[in-house]
Amino acid sequence: MEHYFDPKVECASREQITAWQNERLVRQVERVYNNVPYYKKKMDELGVRPEHIHGIEDLHLLPTLSKDDLRDQYPYGLMAAPLSDCVRIHSTSGTTGRRVVAFYTQNDVDLWEECCARALAAAGATKDDVVQVCYGYGLFTGGAGLHGGSHKLGSLTLPMSSGNTDRQLQFMTDLGTTILCCTPSYAAYLSESVNERGLKNRIKLKAGIFGAEAWTEEMRRDIEKGLGIKAYDIYGLTEISGPGVAYECSAQNGMHVNEDHFIVETINPKTGEPVPHGQKGELVFTSITKEAFPLIRYRTKDIGILYDEPCSCGRTHVRMSKPMGRSDDMLIVKGVNVFPSQIETVLMNCGYPANYQIIVTRTGSSDRIEVQVEMTPEMFSDSLSEVAGREKQLVSALKAMLGIYCVVKLVAPKSITRSEGKAKRVIDKRNLYVNSADPASTDPAAN
Amino acid sequence: MTVKQISVFLENRPGALAEFTKILEKSNIDLRALSLAESEDFGIVRVIVDNPFDTIQILKDEGYVCSITKVIAVEIEDKPGALVNMLNILGDNKVNLEYSYAFLAKKANSAFMVFRVADNDKAIRVLTENGIRPICHEDMEQLFK
Repeated sequence: MEHYFDPKVECASREQITAWQNERLVRQVERVYNNVPYYKKKMDELGVRPEHIHGIEDLHLLPTLSKDDLRDQYPYGLMAAPLSDCVRIHSTSGTTGRRVVAFYTQNDVDLWEECCARALAAAGATKDDVVQVCYGYGLFTGGAGLHGGSHKLGSLTLPMSSGNTDRQLQFMTDLGTTILCCTPSYAAYLSESVNERGLKNRIKLKAGIFGAEAWTEEMRRDIEKGLGIKAYDIYGLTEISGPGVAYECSAQNGMHVNEDHFIVETINPKTGEPVPHGQKGELVFTSITKEAFPLIRYRTKDIGILYDEPCSCGRTHVRMSKPMGRSDDMLIVKGVNVFPSQIETVLMNCGYPANYQIIVTRTGSSDRIEVQVEMTPEMFSDSLSEVAGREKQLVSALKAMLGIYCVVKLVAPKSITRSEGKAKRVIDKRNLYVNSADPASTDPAAN
Repeated sequence: MTVKQISVFLENRPGALAEFTKILEKSNIDLRALSLAESEDFGIVRVIVDNPFDTIQILKDEGYVCSITKVIAVEIEDKPGALVNMLNILGDNKVNLEYSYAFLAKKANSAFMVFRVADNDKAIRVLTENGIRPICHEDMEQLFK
């Protein structure tokens, strides 16, 4: 039997959803135009006024917003509610220098938690379930989002946060966890640990919600088999609210976007032109109910496909595919967003040339990021400890910038492969994206 | 009274040293001494050759990162205890060794030590005061005739 958190909304008619979206979009555009000078400026530049926006068919008239806008307006520039009405912030994962801070009113938190409650319900969770949340708690939205969703549902919530596998497994077995929430790589690790320790017949898990990083169907099958559960995907971004922007249902055939809160579009990342549903494009979200930090037409850089076809679960909200790649060069390593430009900055600050290669691999469930750097006469010395010491400094500086440990490998000059004079900066050997290894460059919509 | 050593950056992978020595062979460069230091991901090969200036140019042309360092080379008697004596002189005078290696020449009953120190002048003074004359590059060539 399919579980819903709010069936009237989740299974609303298309007419009803459109009516909500029209009304909320018009109101939201008015709010940001009148309360956020940056939006007013951007709209004025395009000659768009709130009265031009009558509903979702006018969405394309509005300017899009990118991460650069968010950084530019850090920290308060995009706020649409007074700070005194805000109750919380969250921030994007470990990306110093590119940090984005999102603000929430109590209402924002409530609606976000409802979105997560819908995701949990779709995975079969009810008030009788035990939900173990091992996403990180803190600035990261993963822990707080699923935690709040579990509360809204009335499930018993285990606020474990990430790490400490012994303790995770102890609570999982002793308290009979039925729903697991964590990153897919950690789920794979827990699955291995459960089986290595012979705990399979002592766990009561029935489902898991795994998001915050890309994972493949193979990984899904492995986790499902290893833990004897059904594994569900969930999608979200801190900028938009956090996990629960879209979630999978029992059909496991795309993630339903919570369309009463978010309008989703696909656009051609190069031209910005709308891409019809059913075709690959960059996912763009508009938050129509957020009060504190509403983003209008926020470009995620995630490439995906939207599906309108009716879903067997009974939900009517549009489905999005798993992200199939990025329209920029962002990598997600160990759940952390990594931009090659950040690595470049660190290299130059440390005196190395900006000629480097990033190699990402995955062994079992753990990601490894190696940064290969070419040796230069300036950085060379006959003293091994001097060269090794500089290498160590680089490792620390990368850790400080990215929040994760990178393996640094010094290589001979000119050894980093260049094609057409330009070095290929990133080699991601994980093949996380189903359709192609490098969809952003092979996808016609991206060109 | 120093000897010119060439230090070369090498990747830590099979064949890296072979490729390097191949270049020396091709250019007819004679190795007098060689020492290798390695870390997890790279190595530094230190060599003393017959013609350091030509060698460094050849290596640079081949794309190697390398540098010339002045090191101290001394002759010691090839018998047990000879090295201790030498090291005691340096140690007692607070000369810290960064690294050191040995080589042999064509001279019977003699061994040679190379010392890399922070302050060459001080090391030379200390050694000279104790009756030991460090070898210069011209002496080196005589040793291999």
